[in-house]
Amino acid sequence: MYGLEMAKGLLVTLTNLMRKPFTVAYPEQRVRQHPRFRGEEFTWYEERCTGCASCAKYCPLGIIKIVTSPSETAPLQGDKYLLETFDIELQRCMFCGLCVEACPYDALFMGSGFEEGQYRRTDLVISIDRLRQADKNPSTWFRPQLESMDYRPGTSRPLGWRDVGREGWRWHQREKAGMRLQGRNAEDDA
Amino acid sequence: MTIRTEPMTVNVGPQHPSTHGVFRVRITFDGEDIVEVEPVLGYLHRGTEKLAEERNYVQIVTLTDRLDYTSSMINNQAYCLAVEQLLGIEPPPRAKYLRTLTAELQRIASHLIAVGFFVQELGAFGTPLMYTFRSRERILDLFEMLCGARITVSYMRPGGVFADAPDDFWPALDQFLNDFEGELAELEDLLLNNEILMVRTRGVSPLPPDVAINCSVSGPVLRASGVNWDWRKMAPYDAYDQVDFDVPIGSSGDNYDRFWVRVQEVRQSLRIVRQCIEQIEPGPARLELPLVLRAAPGAEAYGRVEASKGELGFFLVSDGGISPYRCKIRSPSLINLTITEHLLIGWKLADMIVSLGSVDINMGEVDR
Amino acid sequence: MNACVLNPHSILGGNHLFRFIYEGVGQMLPCWMAYVVAGAAIMLILINAVLLGAAIVSWGERRLLGRFQNRVGPNRWGPFGALQPIADLTKLLTKEDIVPYGADRIAFTIVPVLMVASLLVGAAVIPFAKDVALVDLNVGVLFILAVSSLTTIAIFTAGWASNNRYALFGAGRAVAVLLSYEVPVVLSVLGVVLVAGSMSLGDIVVAQAVPFFLVQPLAFFVFVAGMSAELNRTPFDVAEAESEIIAGYHTEYSGIKFALIQAAEFGGALVVSGLIATLFLAGWAGPVADWLGWLWFLIKTFIGIFLFVWIRSTYPRLRLDQIMAVCWKFLMPLSIINLIAVTLEVFFLRDAHGVLTTADLWIMAGINIVIAAVSIAVFGQLIRQQVRNSSQTAPASRLVVSGVSTIEVSQGQG
Ligand code: SF4
Ligand code: SF4
Repeated sequence: MYGLEMAKGLLVTLTNLMRKPFTVAYPEQRVRQHPRFRGEEFTWYEERCTGCASCAKYCPLGIIKIVTSPSETAPLQGDKYLLETFDIELQRCMFCGLCVEACPYDALFMGSGFEEGQYRRTDLVISIDRLRQADKNPSTWFRPQLESMDYRPGTSRPLGWRDVGREGWRWHQREKAGMRLQGRNAEDDA
Repeated sequence: MTIRTEPMTVNVGPQHPSTHGVFRVRITFDGEDIVEVEPVLGYLHRGTEKLAEERNYVQIVTLTDRLDYTSSMINNQAYCLAVEQLLGIEPPPRAKYLRTLTAELQRIASHLIAVGFFVQELGAFGTPLMYTFRSRERILDLFEMLCGARITVSYMRPGGVFADAPDDFWPALDQFLNDFEGELAELEDLLLNNEILMVRTRGVSPLPPDVAINCSVSGPVLRASGVNWDWRKMAPYDAYDQVDFDVPIGSSGDNYDRFWVRVQEVRQSLRIVRQCIEQIEPGPARLELPLVLRAAPGAEAYGRVEASKGELGFFLVSDGGISPYRCKIRSPSLINLTITEHLLIGWKLADMIVSLGSVDINMGEVDR
Repeated sequence: MNACVLNPHSILGGNHLFRFIYEGVGQMLPCWMAYVVAGAAIMLILINAVLLGAAIVSWGERRLLGRFQNRVGPNRWGPFGALQPIADLTKLLTKEDIVPYGADRIAFTIVPVLMVASLLVGAAVIPFAKDVALVDLNVGVLFILAVSSLTTIAIFTAGWASNNRYALFGAGRAVAVLLSYEVPVVLSVLGVVLVAGSMSLGDIVVAQAVPFFLVQPLAFFVFVAGMSAELNRTPFDVAEAESEIIAGYHTEYSGIKFALIQAAEFGGALVVSGLIATLFLAGWAGPVADWLGWLWFLIKTFIGIFLFVWIRSTYPRLRLDQIMAVCWKFLMPLSIINLIAVTLEVFFLRDAHGVLTTADLWIMAGINIVIAAVSIAVFGQLIRQQVRNSSQTAPASRLVVSGVSTIEVSQGQG
C-alpha cells in the first residue's frame, strides 16, 4: 500500500528516539582520543635538539623559526648549537606532522592536546620558553618506539627526554643520519 | 485581464545554505521555473596548482588533503600514484591493500555525506544527515587511529603509506563494519523507498548518457546515467585487481538514480573493505625512500583514481628538481558542474537545489 | 461595600477566572474599574501563558528533535537546557534590528506584531479547562479559523516589504499553500461541528462522549495534515524551506522582530495542538476529576506537538506543485467524503430532539473508521498510479499552477 514506506520511516525515527544519544557533552565528557592524534601544542625536548633546522626546512608552510648561535655542549649528541629562538606559528600550522617526520634526533613530537584557543593571534606563536615549560605529552605519531612502549598520551605520565627513545626504523635512521637529498630510485635505497 | 509578468534574476549563493560551500549560480526564474543558469566559480580559489610547484613531492600530499576535504584519502592516493609513476617505483603489497582499504572507507564517508545532504536539501530536517554523520564519525575515528587526523589525513606517501596501522585498528575496524551493517539498513529503511523522496526525485532532471559523455562527466553521476565506467574496473590501481566488487549502474540518470547509485556503492565499498581485511598480509608498508625525492628531468606522469565524485587525476611534470615543474589537477567536481544547465533549465526552484546536491560537488575541489 | 456582580449574559460571564477576579476587585473599586482591571489581568495571564508556552515549545521541540536525531539538543543553560529560550531571547534582543535598504519600513515592522496578535487572539477562545477560556464565543470555531487566516496577510506583507527575492518566493508560496489548505481544513471542521451541534469550542468538548478522532478519523487526518501545512511544517514547509529559499518570508528579519516571528511560529504550533486536542481529543475532558482538566488538556496538547515534531524529524519536503496536488486531489476529496458520511449518519441516527447518544457516536465511529481506511487506501492507490504515470512522462506534475508565476516584480535593488 502507498504510505507503508513512510510509516517505516516513522518507525526508524522512533527507535532512534529511544536510543542513547551518540554525541557527548564536550567539556564534561570526551570522546576517546587515539595515541597517534596530531595535537596542537608541540612537544619539544631541548636536550635532544641540535638546532639542525630540518624541521623548519621540511615544514610546507615554513612556520618554524629557528635562530642559533654556535657552541654549547649537549648531553647526548655531542656539540650542538645554542638555540636562541624556536618559534612555531601555531595559527598557520596545519598539523601535518611533516616537521616531526623530518626531525633526525627525535627532539620534536606532535602534542596530544587540542585546546589551544587564544584571544590574540600573537599568543598563538609558541615560543621557545613555552616549549620548554610545556607538559611533555607527546603524540605517538611517527614515533613507533612510543607505540611499542604502549604509551598513551594523556593517561600515561608525561615523558622526559630520556624516556622517549629513538625511532627504530632502520632505513629512516640511516636516511636521517646522512640527510641525503639525492637518491633516484628505490632499488638503490632498499 | 492580463497581469504583466517578467523573469526574475536571483543570485543563488555564494552565501546560500545549500550550495555546498561558496558556489554561486545566477538563475533567472519565470515564477518558480528556471529559464537561465549561469554558474560563477572561483570563490574558494587557493592556487593549489601553483603552490604545488613550490613544494617538494612529500609536502604536496598535505595540499591534496584540502582539495576535496570530504575524501582526502582518495586525493592522497591519486597524487601518490602519480608520483610513483613519475619515479617508476611500486609500493609494497601491504601498502597497496592499506591504501585500497582506506580509500574505500573514505568513499563510504564521502557518499554518506552526499546522501545525507541530498536528503537534507530535499527538506528533511537534519535527521538523515545526523544518521549519516553518525556513521561517518566512526570512520573518521578509524582514520584518527591510523594517522592522527580525521579530515586532513596526509596518510599516504609516495611509496606507500606513512606507517602501518596500529594493532588496535583491526578490531576497531571489525567492530565498525558490524555496526555499520545495521546503520546502513536503517538508513535504507528510512530513505530508499520513501514515497516523498520518490515523488521528489523520480524523473527529475534526467541526464541522458550521450550528454553525460559529451560533458565528460564521471563518477556516480555518469554511472547513474547508465554508462558502465569505473576506473577501478577499467584500469585497476593499487589492490583493486585483487578484490571483487560490482559497479552499480542507474537507468535514467535522474536525481533518484544518482542517489541510489551512491547508496549501492556504499554497499560495494563495504565488500571491498572486507576482502582487503581478508587478503592483507604482513610486510613493510612503505618503501625506503629519501625524505626529499627527485624525478628525472622531463618525466611526466598522470595518476588517476576513481574518487568518490568521479575521475580524479594528477598530471605531474618534473624538471629534475625537488618539486614538480607543473602539477595539473583534474578535479571531478569541476567537470561534473558542466552539466548544470542540462540539469536545471526547465525545472523548478526546489528541484534546482536537489539536482545540485545530487551532483555532489565540493567547492574545495572545484576552485582548487 | 458595593460588591459588583457580573451579569451572567455578559460575553465574559462564562469565564470563572474573570468572575473571580472581578468580584474580588469589585470589593474595593468601582464596578467599571473592576471590569477593566479583571480584563487586563486575564489578558496578561493569557499573553504570558501563550508566549511562555511558545518558549517551552521551542525548547521542547529542539530537545525532541535532538533525541530523534540521536543527539542531545540544547542542554547547557538551566536544568536540561530549559532556560535556553531565555538565552535565545536575550541574544536576539541585543542584536541589531536591521531594516533592509529599500524595504517598506512600516509594513516591514508591522508584520511580527500582526503575527503574534493573530496568534494571541486565536488562543483566546480555546478552553484550557472546564469553563476557563478567555471568552467562550458561540462561534468559536469560525472565529479561530478567521483569525488564523490573518497570518496569510502578515506573511505576504513580510515577503513584499522585505525587498528580497527569496522573501518574495516564500511569500508567494505561503499564500498559495495557506489559501488552498483552508478549504479542506474548514470542511473537516464542519464535520465536527455537525456532530457536536455547536460552534462553541466548550460545547464541542462537552459533546465528545467519544473523542472525535475515533468518530471522524478522516476529519482528524485531514485536519492534522492541513494544519501542518498552515504551520509551515514538513512535509509542507515550502514557505520557509531553508534549503531552498533560506528562510522564506522572514529572511530579512533580525533581532526582536525575528524573535516575535519565531514566537508566533512556535506559539502557532502550541495553539494548533490545543485546537486539535479540543476538536478531536476531547479537550479538558479526562478519565477522572474535572478540576484536573488543565492537566488532560496539557497532555493532549503535548501529544499534538509530539506528532508534529515526529513528522518533522522524519520526512523530506514536498514540492510546491505536489503540495497543491495533495491538497486538491487527496485531502479535499477525503474531507468531502467525511462530510457526506457524517451528514448522512447524523441524519439517520439522531433522535427526535436532534441529539446523538453515546451509543450513536460509537456506531458512527465504527462506520467512519471503515470508510477512512477504505478511502485512504483507494486514494493512495490512485496517487500511486498517478506517480507511476508521471515518472514515465516526466515532468507531468508540473502543469499544476505555480504560486508566483503571475507576480509582478518591481525593479528594485534585490
Ligand atoms: S605540523 Fe606541518 S605545518 Fe605544522 S609546523 Fe609541522 S610541518 Fe609545519
Ligand atoms: S629537526 Fe629536530 S633536532 Fe633539528 S632543529 Fe628541528 S627539532 Fe631540533
